[in-house]
Amino acid sequence: MITRSVGPNRRRNEIIWNVVAWAVLLILALPAFWIIMTAFRPNIEINTFPPVWIPRQLTLEAYANMFGLNPDVQQRVAVEAYLRNSLLASCLSTVIAVSLGTLAGYAFARFRFRFHTSLFLGIMLSRAVPGVALSLPLFLLFNRAGLVNNVLGLAFVYIAVNIPFTAWLMDGFFRQIPKELTESAYIDGCGYWSAFWRIELPLSLPGLATAAIFAFLAAWNEFQIVSVLARNNAAKTFPPGLFAFTEQFTVDWRGMAAMSVIMMVPAVIFVILVQRNLVSGLTFGAVKG
Amino acid sequence: MATTTESKSREEAPARVIQFSRIDAGAFPFLLIFPAVLVILLVIAFPLLYSLYVSFTPYELLRPNSLNFTWGRALRNYQKLLNDAIFWRSLGNTVIFLAVSVNLSYLISLALSQLMARVTMGQSLLRTLLMAPMMFAPILVGMQFRWFFNANVGLVNNVLLALGLIQEQGQIAWLVDVPLGMITIIIASIWMNIPVLTIILLAGTLSLPRETFEAAEVDGASGWQKFRFITFPLLAPFSYIALTIMSLDIARAFDIVRIMTDGGPARRTEMLWTYITRLAIEDTKFGLGSAMSWITVLLSVLFTLYFFRQLVKARIVQ
Repeated sequence: MITRSVGPNRRRNEIIWNVVAWAVLLILALPAFWIIMTAFRPNIEINTFPPVWIPRQLTLEAYANMFGLNPDVQQRVAVEAYLRNSLLASCLSTVIAVSLGTLAGYAFARFRFRFHTSLFLGIMLSRAVPGVALSLPLFLLFNRAGLVNNVLGLAFVYIAVNIPFTAWLMDGFFRQIPKELTESAYIDGCGYWSAFWRIELPLSLPGLATAAIFAFLAAWNEFQIVSVLARNNAAKTFPPGLFAFTEQFTVDWRGMAAMSVIMMVPAVIFVILVQRNLVSGLTFGAVKG
Repeated sequence: MATTTESKSREEAPARVIQFSRIDAGAFPFLLIFPAVLVILLVIAFPLLYSLYVSFTPYELLRPNSLNFTWGRALRNYQKLLNDAIFWRSLGNTVIFLAVSVNLSYLISLALSQLMARVTMGQSLLRTLLMAPMMFAPILVGMQFRWFFNANVGLVNNVLLALGLIQEQGQIAWLVDVPLGMITIIIASIWMNIPVLTIILLAGTLSLPRETFEAAEVDGASGWQKFRFITFPLLAPFSYIALTIMSLDIARAFDIVRIMTDGGPARRTEMLWTYITRLAIEDTKFGLGSAMSWITVLLSVLFTLYFFRQLVKARIVQ
C-alpha cells in the first residue's frame, strides 16, 4: 500500500509515484478536455493540417448553429426536441424507479423472509439483460399498444431498467444505519412503515441522492432501447440524436462535440455533487454481508 | 446473501432475528418489494418470454402472417444460426472482445488504484480527473474514439505524424485494418470501464488494515510480495463487486461498436449485439433476431451470475 522504505530513497520514491500518477491520469482525462475544447473552437482550426494543438481563439459558433441563430445554416439538428425528451424520460423514470427501488432495497436490508436470496438475485439479473435483446419484443408489444415514439412509454421502460441497481445501492445504504435505532423505534410503538418513513428514510437521504443520480444518468445515456422505440423526434433523446448526427451530415465533428458538451452537463454536476457518497455506496456490499 | 446474513446474525443477536421474523409474519417486506417486482415482470420478464415465443416462429415484420408457431419449425431459427458462419464469427468476436476488455480493464484499474493509493499531492483533484470518463455516455465514448482514430483528421494519426512516427501517405487506417479495428474498440471500452473499477479498488485498498503491512515489513517483505500476498487477496471482495457491477453493464459496449465501426468493414468487428440489430431492425427478421437475443441474454446472465457467486464466496471467507 504505502511504501515506508527507510532512508533517502523514501522521499525520491514518493516524488516518482506522484509524478507517474499525475501523468497517467492527465492522459486518461485528455480526451475529455479535447472534446470540450473542440466545441468552442472555430472550424478552421479543427480541420487544418498540420493540426493546431492549442486554440488561438474561442467561439460559440457551434451553439449558434445548433440553436438556429445562424441564418446561413439551413439544415440543423432538433436539439430542443432531444433536450425535452431526454429530460422528460430521465426525470420521470428516476423519480419512480428510485421510489420503488428504495422500498425494495429497504425490504432486503431489514427483513428476513422466504426467497430473500432468489428474489434479490432475480431482480439483479433482470438488469443484466442487454438492451438490444429487450428492445425487440418491446418494439413489437409497444407497436400494438401504440407506445412507439412515445416518451412516456420510454420512461416506463427506464423505470424497470433502473429499479435493480437502485435496490442494490439502497440495500447497502440502509445496512449502514445501525439496527438499534429501528429497534428502539419498535419498542416505542412505531409500526414497520412509520419506522421506515420517519426514521430510516431521512437518514438515508445521501444514499437516495446517489441512487437518483445513477438512475438519471442511466436513462440520460441509454441508447439501445430508445434507438429502436423512438423512430422520430417525438421521442428521440440525445444519444440517438447524436447518432443521427453521424448519418445526417458530412460528419461535423465540432457540431458533435458541441452536442456532447450539452449531454455531459448533468453528469459533470452530479459527479461533483456525489463524489464521496459514490464510493461508500458502491463498496459497502464488499465489507459486510 | 442470505447465508452471510444468517451466519452473521446468528453470532451477533439471535433474539433480534426472531423478533424480526416473528412479528408481521413476513408480509410487510413482500408489500415493499411487490411494486418493483411488478414493473420488472411487466417490462422485462414478460417481453423476454414473448421474445422466446417469437424466436420459435419465422416472424418477419413485413409479413405479419409469419408470426405463427408450429412444432415442426420451432427450432428452425436456432438451426439457421448454428449453420451461419457470420453468427459464429460475431460470437467469436464478442467472446474475444469481452475476454480482453474485461481482463485488461481490471488489470489496468488494479495498477492504477495501487498507484493512486501512494499519491500524496492533490489526491482529491486526481480523483476528479479519474472520473472524467464517467461524464461520457457510451455513445459519446464511441463517437469520440471514432474521431480520434479517424485516418485523415484523427488525433492519434496527427500525433504520430507530428512525432515523425508515420508519413503523410502512410496514415494508419485504425478502424479498418484487421486487428486494429478490434483493438481500437477495446481501447474505447477500457477507457469507459476504468473509473468505476478504479474507484472501488482504491476505496478497498485504502480500507485495508495498516498493521498487516507493518508486520510484513518487519518480516522484510518486498513491495511486490506485500501486494501479491496481502493487498491482492484482501481486495477480493472489492474486485468481485467491481466486476459484478461491470458485468451488468457489459452490453453497453454495443453503443461503442455501433457508432465506431457498426460491425464493419466487411463484418470484421461484427458482434452479437450489432448482428441482432442488422437481422431484426434492418432486415426485419424478428424471429431470427429474437433467437439470437436469447443467446446474448443467457451469456450476460451467466456472466453476472458467475461474478455474483464469487462475490458471495469472497465475503464468506472474510
